[in-house]
Amino acid sequence: MRIAVLVKEVPDSYGARRLNLTTGLAEREASDRVLDEITSRAVEAAVSHAESAEGVEVVLVTMGPESAESMLRKTLAMGADSAHHVLDPGLLGADMTLSAEVLAAVLQRIGCDLVISGDVSSDGTGGVIPTMIAERIGAAHATSLDSLTITDSSVTGNRETYGGTVTVEAQLPAVVSVTERLPDARFPGFKGIMAAKKKPLETYTLADLGIDPAADVPRSILLSVTEAPARTAGEKIHDEGDAGKRLAEYLIDKKLV
Amino acid sequence: MAQQKILTYLPVLPSGELMGSAAELLGAAAQLGSPVGVIVTTPGMAEAAAESAGELGAATVRVAEHEAVGTTLTEPTVDVFTTAWEDLRPEAVLVPNDIDGRDLAARLSVRTHSAIAADVVGVHRDEEGIVAHHSVYGSTFTTESATTHGTLIITLREGAVDYRGQPVTPEIHRVELGELPPQAASITEFSASVEASTRPDLRGAPTVVAGGRGLGSAEGFALAEQLADALGAGLGASRAAVDAGYAPHSLQVGQTGVTVAPDLYIALGISGAVQHLAGMQTAKTVVAINKDPEAPIFDIADLGIVGDVFEVVPQLIETLKAQRP
Ligand SMILES: Cc1cc2nc3c(=O)[nH]c(=O)nc-3n(C[C@H](O)[C@H](O)[C@H](O)COP(=O)(O)OP(=O)(O)OC[C@H]3O[C@@H](n4cnc5c(N)ncnc54)[C@H](O)[C@@H]3O)c2cc1C
Ligand SMILES: Nc1ncnc2c1ncn2[C@@H]1O[C@H](COP(=O)(O)O)[C@@H](O)[C@H]1O
Repeated sequence: MRIAVLVKEVPDSYGARRLNLTTGLAEREASDRVLDEITSRAVEAAVSHAESAEGVEVVLVTMGPESAESMLRKTLAMGADSAHHVLDPGLLGADMTLSAEVLAAVLQRIGCDLVISGDVSSDGTGGVIPTMIAERIGAAHATSLDSLTITDSSVTGNRETYGGTVTVEAQLPAVVSVTERLPDARFPGFKGIMAAKKKPLETYTLADLGIDPAADVPRSILLSVTEAPARTAGEKIHDEGDAGKRLAEYLIDKKLV
Repeated sequence: MAQQKILTYLPVLPSGELMGSAAELLGAAAQLGSPVGVIVTTPGMAEAAAESAGELGAATVRVAEHEAVGTTLTEPTVDVFTTAWEDLRPEAVLVPNDIDGRDLAARLSVRTHSAIAADVVGVHRDEEGIVAHHSVYGSTFTTESATTHGTLIITLREGAVDYRGQPVTPEIHRVELGELPPQAASITEFSASVEASTRPDLRGAPTVVAGGRGLGSAEGFALAEQLADALGAGLGASRAAVDAGYAPHSLQVGQTGVTVAPDLYIALGISGAVQHLAGMQTAKTVVAINKDPEAPIFDIADLGIVGDVFEVVPQLIETLKAQRP
């Protein structure tokens, strides 16, 4: 069985993430680029399944700028077998329609039984790419899973919905996305890091995939970008035994209670 | 010219009621054109829901009832929407930005070749069409987007739109379900959540009280619950509090949880990590209680109290009770 994991490089949320006010694109210099934490949990789920089952191969798939290559090497060190990177200047500022088309095309090209992704990316917060891919490749989807069980022919997991929890099951091929309720990613050991240097990493252009980013299909376009005014610190008091009372007065004064 | 149709997904709760997001979805739809509500449920559940949709401004409601809705993930809803899209050619499709809404938006966008605007916090119309508003990087940037042409599929962030539609008596159309793709995921079990809370929903509540790791234990977290109840507030939590098991994940505020923008946000024992601020920093007034004077939450708090929550909060609750006989 071949599992493809969709890994994404994002601006580090611990840093100051910035958008360029003219182009609306992420400013690369503003923050470090890191593997989106939720996609590292997706890798962990795939790799730990590969360790417990026979004949499971894990491949990483990403679409992103050149810097994504070192992210892929680091992630290969967690135990994945190979990596596939779509790198093309035509992808700068790609909307979700184009991103899903590209990722679906690579997945179809390499072939896989199961795709595991994160539920929502921390920069785009779209949460739609996995199911868009499922629709494109004709697979089932089971998204936002808080638990995941993989067998040779199916996947099962729980998702939180309104009013309760549902258990869903999909036959392979399927696309699943996982939440941060899944176990944290492992730290790669020295052996893993050395082995990762020799693992296959393939790069694709849009032409390789037969995709024309200028095709006349509806696209989401950015109209404007503005920076929200930063919040500032207000009053700060130290409790001297009456802070509860003072807070009550403050709330009453401001008509907040 | 007749008003443009805005197809609006109205999920129904297991109780038969419309989900809380229906009011703002139909409000946003009314801002843009003529709202057409779409209800897809198991048999016997749709009638009452369709009436409520009218009260929230849906002039027309398309209703489909089928057993498969309870056993097949997303596909029944996608099927009903695809047919509605072909019949009506709506200018926009509005769905809640929750896990079911996103799956519907994703499949429908590929099936109908429409662009998506995801996690939208507001909408308006200009001469060229519909404009979607987004709040990016934890509310530090605001952007606007549109589609080059065709229908725009919008996933609307819960609690973001205040506009409400006018009550109408809805015209109800019953529709049939088509054939579903055999590979769709199945729903094999449903368990209702035990604590059906009487507190206001975190997403829309005007006041939110949130507890962090500083509350120390599940028992300690009860302090946040008491304050929430004293104020009639929604309850939230930091990721550290959720990870420690003090509160369910559905209450997590922040980058990977819920984003809220209440009038008042009270943070108890929360340090103010950037990923937490991402979910609450557009609150109108922020109050923080933390015993560490250097806690970053104080950098964004309108009123910061350096103190022990277990001393400050009980006194606050008592003082408020004394004020209100
Ligand atoms: C990718 C990613 C996504 C994340 N997403 C989220 C998210 O969605 N939401 C989120 O909240 N976090 C998120 N985090 C985690 C975030 O970085 C912090 O770890 C988390 O917010 C810390 O929670 P906390 O403030 O409750 O705990 P801590 O940072 O441990 O703070 C506890 C605070 O309580 C104070 N305290 C202790 N005892 C008392 C007392 N008796 N009285 C008063 N104060 C007291 C302490 O001084 C301290 O400041 C994310 C992290 C990453 C990497
Ligand atoms: N450019 C990308 N490369 C690889 N995976 C991606 C990319 N964009 C999105 N994904 C995957 O889709 C998930 C949800 O992303 P999104 O729909 O953008 O919120 C992410 O957690 C990733 O697993």
